[in-house]
Amino acid sequence: MRYDLTTGNAIEATGLVKRFGKTTALGGVDLVARQGRVLGVLGPNGAGKTTAVRILATLLRPDDGQASVCGYDVVRDAHQVRQLIGLTGQYASMDEGLSGTNNLIMIGRLLGIGRAQARARAAELLARFDLTDAAGRPVKTYSGGMRRRLDLAASLVGQPRVLYLDEPTTGLDPRSRTDVWGMIRELVADGVTVLLTTQYLDEADQLAHDIVVIDHGRVVATGTPDELKARIGGRVLQVSPADPAQMVEVSALLGTLTMAEVTTDDETGVATAPVTDGTLVPGIFREFDDRGIELAEFTLRKASLDEVFFALTGHGADDEENGSRELQESKL
Amino acid sequence: MTTIAAPTPDRRVSLLGGLQNTFTLTWRSVLKIRTNMEDLLGLSLQPITFLLLFTYVLGGAIVHGSTHTYLQYELPGLLVMTVVFATLGTGLMLNQDITSGVFDRFRSLPIARWAPLAGAVLGDMVRYLISVAVTIAFGMILGFRVTTNPAAAVLGVLLLLAFALAMCWVSALIGMLVKTAQGVQAFGFIAFFPLVFGSNLLAPTATMPGWLQAFVKVNPMTVLTDAERGLFTGGSVAVPAVRSLLWALGIFVVFAPLAVRVYRRKT
Repeated sequence: MRYDLTTGNAIEATGLVKRFGKTTALGGVDLVARQGRVLGVLGPNGAGKTTAVRILATLLRPDDGQASVCGYDVVRDAHQVRQLIGLTGQYASMDEGLSGTNNLIMIGRLLGIGRAQARARAAELLARFDLTDAAGRPVKTYSGGMRRRLDLAASLVGQPRVLYLDEPTTGLDPRSRTDVWGMIRELVADGVTVLLTTQYLDEADQLAHDIVVIDHGRVVATGTPDELKARIGGRVLQVSPADPAQMVEVSALLGTLTMAEVTTDDETGVATAPVTDGTLVPGIFREFDDRGIELAEFTLRKASLDEVFFALTGHGADDEENGSRELQESKL
Repeated sequence: MTTIAAPTPDRRVSLLGGLQNTFTLTWRSVLKIRTNMEDLLGLSLQPITFLLLFTYVLGGAIVHGSTHTYLQYELPGLLVMTVVFATLGTGLMLNQDITSGVFDRFRSLPIARWAPLAGAVLGDMVRYLISVAVTIAFGMILGFRVTTNPAAAVLGVLLLLAFALAMCWVSALIGMLVKTAQGVQAFGFIAFFPLVFGSNLLAPTATMPGWLQAFVKVNPMTVLTDAERGLFTGGSVAVPAVRSLLWALGIFVVFAPLAVRVYRRKT
């Protein structure tokens, strides 16, 4: 064995560079996924997440830099890497013309599992993902949620040690999302390392032990969710005037008092600012009181990853996302 | 929940393993033909339409009133046409697999790199066989008769399949170079139409202008059509059959490695 099952890093990448013509998709990306943990890769569409994962899954060769999975180089030892990984989502899809069962049998057979065993494994996975009723139907008749589950099932046929999950809950209803989260936690409990890309920051917050934030082909932040939140002070002050007409005044005052950038949401009438020093908060409250501004809300809370993301990249996580999601949906 | 197996991964796929991968993917292609009624219908209706149109539109004009004589003349040619056009399906399917991400799934699995291509091609042999069978069967309903012997006719079918096995790599190459399915169809027809119709497949060479005759005579479709006529309705067989096989080999040797290279470069 080339690496230590208990302490090793399952994925290590250093200085990954990938160019497509004149565009630089990755401009030197480093990342590490610890064995048996979930690494969340965050970033808007076009940030380079997909390119990074495609390289780690041996689907693309990097122009520069190197990466390894369980100690095997993704270029030189691609064949070994492929025996260790499972892949879902936009990186690899199912055969629309085949039934769910046959898709899974095909993958099992390709992985060298015997005929009867492949059939049994397919049935077991279909049952586990609540797809037994649809097992015999062609995949093109499946709903979005069923596809996601089949996709996940397909990536588990070979019992991978490292699993790449691409936006596993995009387009799922809240219940199915919780189900998928549960399945991911089960896998991690079994020692599987998961690399998860997501647009949902609460998903990363829920599942990821470590997070890498990628923007414009570069890593802009790494750390645990708590560390990342701490980087922008960790807490956020949320203020809302009783009279919406005072919004401008309130947000200006909040900015002066916190010495931070204020985001305002005109729909909800809430102004938000990161707070680095908690002792300032009572003073801020008094200042509003002294000026006779009546407040409907005055809340100090932990920052969400959304706010972290905004602070790190200067734009929200889903700014560039809508167009591509429409495309994805029209494809289904 | 199953436990995670942790065997040391293999360094490479054995040839036997690669062949096994290929057969699994062949099974997939055949399964798809069986479940896709539209494809089956298209495969069967196309030769039937061709037979009806060419026999009754051109037949009388080319052989002065005798559609039966023309049917005997054209059917071996139509077999060639049907099979060559059917190879376009290989490129279409590969293109679909690439754009839909199914090939990425294959490429992420520890299987032989050439297996998805070989599996697609082998699976398509079944499609070719179906179109050949429909052409012969419907031709017989219209009055076509094998005037040599059954063994020769079987050889004729095998020769067709051998040729298709080579031609489908041309189609595979187009399928991987062109971005969309429509593109595959357009480029495929641009490449295949002059080859198929610029031959003695539907009409004798004698009435064609000299420059065209020069092309028709070197066209592999002409050579193959000559061999098929020899095997189904009599005439010289040895020379055109050997030349057909040489053509098939030549096309295979040029286009199969090209297609595999383009396929690998997509990584």
